[in-house]
Amino acid sequence: MNLPTVSKPFKITVEESVTNPEEAIHLEAISVRYRVPSERVRTFKEYFIRRLKGEVHMRTFWALQDVALNVYRGEVFGLVGVNGAGKSTLLKVVARVLRPTKGRVIVRGRVAPLLELGAGFHPELTGEENIFLNGALLGFSHREMQEKIDQIVEFSELGQFINAPIRTYSSGMYARLGFSVATASQPDVLIVDEVLSVGDEAFQKKCAARIDAFRLRGAAILLVSHSMDTIEAMCQRAAWLDHGTLKAIGKPVEVIRAYRERGG
Amino acid sequence: MQPAPIYDSAQLIPHALQELKEAFNYRHLLFQLVRRDILTRYRRSFLGVAWTMLSPLGIMLVLSFVFSNLFGQTRAYPAYILSGLMAWNFFAQSTTSAMNSLVWGGGLLQRIYIPRASFGISAVGSGMVNLVLSFVPLVIVLALTGVPIRITVAFLPVSLLLLACFSLGLGLMISTLAVYFPDVVEMYQIILTAWMYLTPIIYPENIIPAKYQFVLHLNPLYYLVKLWRLPLYDGRWPTWGEFWPAALIAFGMLLVGWLIFTSKSDEFAYRV
Repeated sequence: MNLPTVSKPFKITVEESVTNPEEAIHLEAISVRYRVPSERVRTFKEYFIRRLKGEVHMRTFWALQDVALNVYRGEVFGLVGVNGAGKSTLLKVVARVLRPTKGRVIVRGRVAPLLELGAGFHPELTGEENIFLNGALLGFSHREMQEKIDQIVEFSELGQFINAPIRTYSSGMYARLGFSVATASQPDVLIVDEVLSVGDEAFQKKCAARIDAFRLRGAAILLVSHSMDTIEAMCQRAAWLDHGTLKAIGKPVEVIRAYRERGG
Repeated sequence: MQPAPIYDSAQLIPHALQELKEAFNYRHLLFQLVRRDILTRYRRSFLGVAWTMLSPLGIMLVLSFVFSNLFGQTRAYPAYILSGLMAWNFFAQSTTSAMNSLVWGGGLLQRIYIPRASFGISAVGSGMVNLVLSFVPLVIVLALTGVPIRITVAFLPVSLLLLACFSLGLGLMISTLAVYFPDVVEMYQIILTAWMYLTPIIYPENIIPAKYQFVLHLNPLYYLVKLWRLPLYDGRWPTWGEFWPAALIAFGMLLVGWLIFTSKSDEFAYRV
């Protein structure tokens, strides 16, 4: 069980807040600390007894330490590193899910998170009803979704299944619908976490083409992958994260070489 | 959709106000969450949404049958029970589901950004829809037991607003607690049962001996349920003295609940 430590917002001056508008993501000395109790304390009684005895021991653990990087409009930025290196935590900081313990994050524009496709789908609702629900989770109104619905259904290739409850879908159909809703309109920042393995090869090509079209129209894309081929093929720049710190940043080929020689 | 919003973690806006602003930006989400609750609750059942009307009616029938010997002399006893039960069910259901949806559905908060109060607000919203639907059986019961429907029912929106504020405030408060101590989820069910018997829902207020009447006056729900029952069952407007304690309690609870919730909500993604 992770205990939180969260920074209070601190005061900023005008000069500081002026950053390059070409930066879609600006991370400044980001640190994220989880506090993990050494033993599980799950009940009131236990908590109060331990509290009185002063026995609530916390182990702190830095998931990210002093990470600074910028991602510019129109580029695909790759993140590599072993499991537990802090990649997902970094994505959560950018997606606004976690507030960093220290440091500052600025994200310009609308963020489309492709973290877990179809998170928030309800099994009893039909595909179409879930499109509206998921659209609202992403911040779109009913009317905005109505304009997109034909395009979403077409891209997902679900056909008549769109009127069936989602519990009847295969995992591939589920992910296809999730991808289609999440990418229904041009985002300013796209966060992609290992989801390019959606559906069959033809659909994967379609996804990659759509992501590339977003980039050409000026979106910044943050990509996490364990496949070095994907990183090398898709990214303009990349960074290697290890134990929460940035070990290398630069051209994908060089970052991958450093990661292979010294890390993974 | 906001035109190119900028998220800056260093922005200096108090959490309580920030959350209010975001909840407004995400109002479409609140609507969709209520819609989801209503659509899915009875989707697999044969009678569907009709259960929203049938279940309070059924409970009322059971209670009035069981307690008719004890409290049978109460005028139009089934109408008395049902009018109180509606308010109580709304309160109990919306607070419980606010808490459950954050504890069990909170995984969503770790994946995408949504205002954290969305679950609590939509739980109260769904409760309101159910409450409005349960007016159908209420009108029937009022007619059958000979209780006239007076113009005073025009006051009910105010009663509902106050009850909703109280429920949202308390719902947010116990949600916050339940994130840190999951035991609260179980504990709250016991508290609710005790609380219901401490509130005049199934028994008339005057059976409480004079020396214990103070217990009623310490119970916030006593004022709120009364404000609900006066225009419906008694058919009269609440007096100023009956109104202001209820309003104070409702808005006070909402303020306290909102402040507690928003001061901790940034930490939820680390926990739930």
